[in-house]
Amino acid sequence: MKKILQLTMLLVLAGAAGCNDDKFLNKEPLSDLTTDEVFSSSPQVFSILANLYNRQVDIATVKSWMTMADFSESFVSDNGADQVAILRRTSWNYDSWNSWDYAYIRDINLFMERAEKATVLSEADKTRFLAEARFLRANYYFELVKRMGGVPLILKTLVYDYSGSAEYLQFPRAKEHEVYDFVISEAEAIKSLLPTDANQKGRATKAAALAMEARAALYAASIAKYGSSNTPQVTLPGNEVGIPASMAAGYYAKALTAAKEIISGSAGAYSLYNKKPNDLQENFASIFYDKGNNPESIWVEDFQLKTVKVHNFTIANQPRFGAEEEEGGRINPSLNLVQAFEKIDNTFAPIPVKDASGNPIYYDKQIDAFAGRDARLGGTVILPGSSFKLRPVDIWAGYQLPNGNILSGDDRGSQRPLPDGTTAQVVGFDGPIVGKEHTAQTGFYIRKYLDPAIGSGSRGTQSELPYIRYRYAEVLLNAAEAAFETGNVAEAAGYMNQVRARAGLVTPLKAADITFDRIVHERRVELAFEGHLLNDMKRWRLAHVVWDGERLTEAELLANIGKANKKSTQPYSLLPYKIYNPGQPNHNKWIYKVAISNLVTGSNRFRLGNYYSFINDDIRSRNPKIVRQPNQD
Amino acid sequence: MKMKISYIMMAVLLTASFISCKKDNYAPPQSMFSGRLVYKGEPINVEVNQVPFQFFQFGFGKVGAINSTFDQDGKFSALLFDGDYKLTVPANQGPFLWKRTANGSQDSIAVKMAGSQSLDVEITPYYMIRNAVFTAADNKVTGTFNLEKVVTDVNAKNIERANLYINKTQFVSAGDYNIASAQLTAAQITSMTGITMTVGIPAISPTQNYIFARVGLKLAGVEDMIFSPVQRINF
Repeated sequence: MKKILQLTMLLVLAGAAGCNDDKFLNKEPLSDLTTDEVFSSSPQVFSILANLYNRQVDIATVKSWMTMADFSESFVSDNGADQVAILRRTSWNYDSWNSWDYAYIRDINLFMERAEKATVLSEADKTRFLAEARFLRANYYFELVKRMGGVPLILKTLVYDYSGSAEYLQFPRAKEHEVYDFVISEAEAIKSLLPTDANQKGRATKAAALAMEARAALYAASIAKYGSSNTPQVTLPGNEVGIPASMAAGYYAKALTAAKEIISGSAGAYSLYNKKPNDLQENFASIFYDKGNNPESIWVEDFQLKTVKVHNFTIANQPRFGAEEEEGGRINPSLNLVQAFEKIDNTFAPIPVKDASGNPIYYDKQIDAFAGRDARLGGTVILPGSSFKLRPVDIWAGYQLPNGNILSGDDRGSQRPLPDGTTAQVVGFDGPIVGKEHTAQTGFYIRKYLDPAIGSGSRGTQSELPYIRYRYAEVLLNAAEAAFETGNVAEAAGYMNQVRARAGLVTPLKAADITFDRIVHERRVELAFEGHLLNDMKRWRLAHVVWDGERLTEAELLANIGKANKKSTQPYSLLPYKIYNPGQPNHNKWIYKVAISNLVTGSNRFRLGNYYSFINDDIRSRNPKIVRQPNQD
Repeated sequence: MKMKISYIMMAVLLTASFISCKKDNYAPPQSMFSGRLVYKGEPINVEVNQVPFQFFQFGFGKVGAINSTFDQDGKFSALLFDGDYKLTVPANQGPFLWKRTANGSQDSIAVKMAGSQSLDVEITPYYMIRNAVFTAADNKVTGTFNLEKVVTDVNAKNIERANLYINKTQFVSAGDYNIASAQLTAAQITSMTGITMTVGIPAISPTQNYIFARVGLKLAGVEDMIFSPVQRINF
């Protein structure tokens, strides 16, 4: 018996010793692709490029509504601690808006080096992929220079040699203008390698490269011009921050040339969106939701339903009453922004609330208070008395009784007894109610980037509206600013009037009307909630003037509308009230009151140290060659 | 007996654990360096937590400064180890001119710490607010003051605005430290003497019959404001 066991054991052991062979043990991994495999076919290379596209960063994006909600352009209807902090804080941290994603830059560099060597790619594919990678890298360096000033320009992958000292991998910050120069020269180099195709929105095109170039040159020019005159202390001795004033003219000229190349049509057939000329407000809103052959958008971050690439901007910001989900109404545009939209006759005026003798103005319909204004107002903001998805919003703060008292409620659509004994709804289902999140606490909801498609407001579906990074109207405004700054005001007026005519401001501005105030104003209203405001105020060196930390009084709010240096430190509200006075002519008419929520306890203060974001201590301790930002001690 | 030995062992171990690591610790810094910002002996008032100063210690520790900020009455203090230090204010900070070296960088004051000491730092403010007087009547605070332009050479600065701040606590300035403020723009300041500003006192909860007030002067191109001394006003 024992022998049989021993023999069996021997046999089993012999079997186990078999087939020891390289082929058996060296298995290719099933879950990962090797570099060679990935670069063995064009679609696979493209999928890596898609990952690189996906990692671009934006200062404001539809992926996170809070990134759009700051700077007193809106009130946040959210009681979460982080959100309320926007209303309570008195200054921004020095590290606000910082970015330092060199892992991303390394991945782009790595992609370029490997794609260069790949043998299976067709020459056309390879050229386009490499040009796109260069575009993404330049655009991210542009993003970095906006936030951080000069940063180390790393254009190839760096490899550690395990020698014990990493000093040879430490690079100092480039000068600020060197980074802008890099962005501009890359755009020039790749524009002819990229396709000329106005229908290509998600991938880089010639127009995208030129739009990036125009904006970058304009930023560099204005930093050179206004940095030296307004904020001479926001510089570093090595020019890592700050651009010499003498370079301004050259950059303005480059910006104008690049913008003109798009305007001339040589980069594709782009034009202002004008498919709905009979409803200019809807037409303006459509720029952001019309995905079919939109001639205005140049480069977008695209989203698609039924994939993981969708966003919840509509869910977060839809009018709360009758919304597809039990949420919405987060971003409430402030009166500061609403009243900045000028009247049809090209003049600025507050929303008419009181007549000359100080008595309230009674409106038959809520929307009448906003009549005769720039169509972009209704295209950017959901006003009281307007509709979204064919449903009228219900925004009113309460009844005003004959004795002047206010009758209101503390919940959406509250019911209370009226003086005549009947019980009725005394506040809108969309608010405004102080401290009630999701309601329109300033009296307004945001409309820009809201998706009118059915299901866009439900969590199971979400929205596929693209986030527009570059669009034609901004190119025109860039051209207008560059032309204005180089003394060619007539040309500037021509570009600006195109944008304004689309918004219903059909009386053209004359050359003499174009002032710096006009340039600043036009960008603020055309590009509201598109991530431009902070960068614009920074490059004009107006941020510390507009957000000076002092409380904003009602008189200051209503004066000097349309002035570039008008301060805007706290978001104001405009609350509609219904008149209760049965038998009197004003019964059920509407009045408006300018107010500020008592949740707004802070006032925005932009310190000189905020012009360039803080570079974290760990970054500077790993690389002592990185110099600190100015004014942050 | 065996039990007893183990008890003794445990007691000894326990005692040992209480008396460990004495030698590793440094004594805490004990020398107090304090002082204030003065101009010809008069204290300079600034905004609390906004105007920084830096200590650098020679030949010791890490590279980098010991950072702190001036109090609102211009006082400062730091608890330091004995040794050699340099005190400086970073560039472009404060409503005053700090001495510069020949090559234009911020100069520093050498400080030798051997026990506590105090030092009044003499600086040159762009402006001085003189004779600020505050009165309260009819639920309003009225402040009257004069301005004196101190720096008149190439470094001279123009007035941007003046603010009268009131607060319910003794910290008074922009931002979180006021309950109401009034403002005069440069165009509204026509004379350097007898400037008057008035601000209404809002409802204070819980009620108190006093407030603190001071005026601040903002200069074009200078981030930090210069202030008058804080005054408590009963009403």
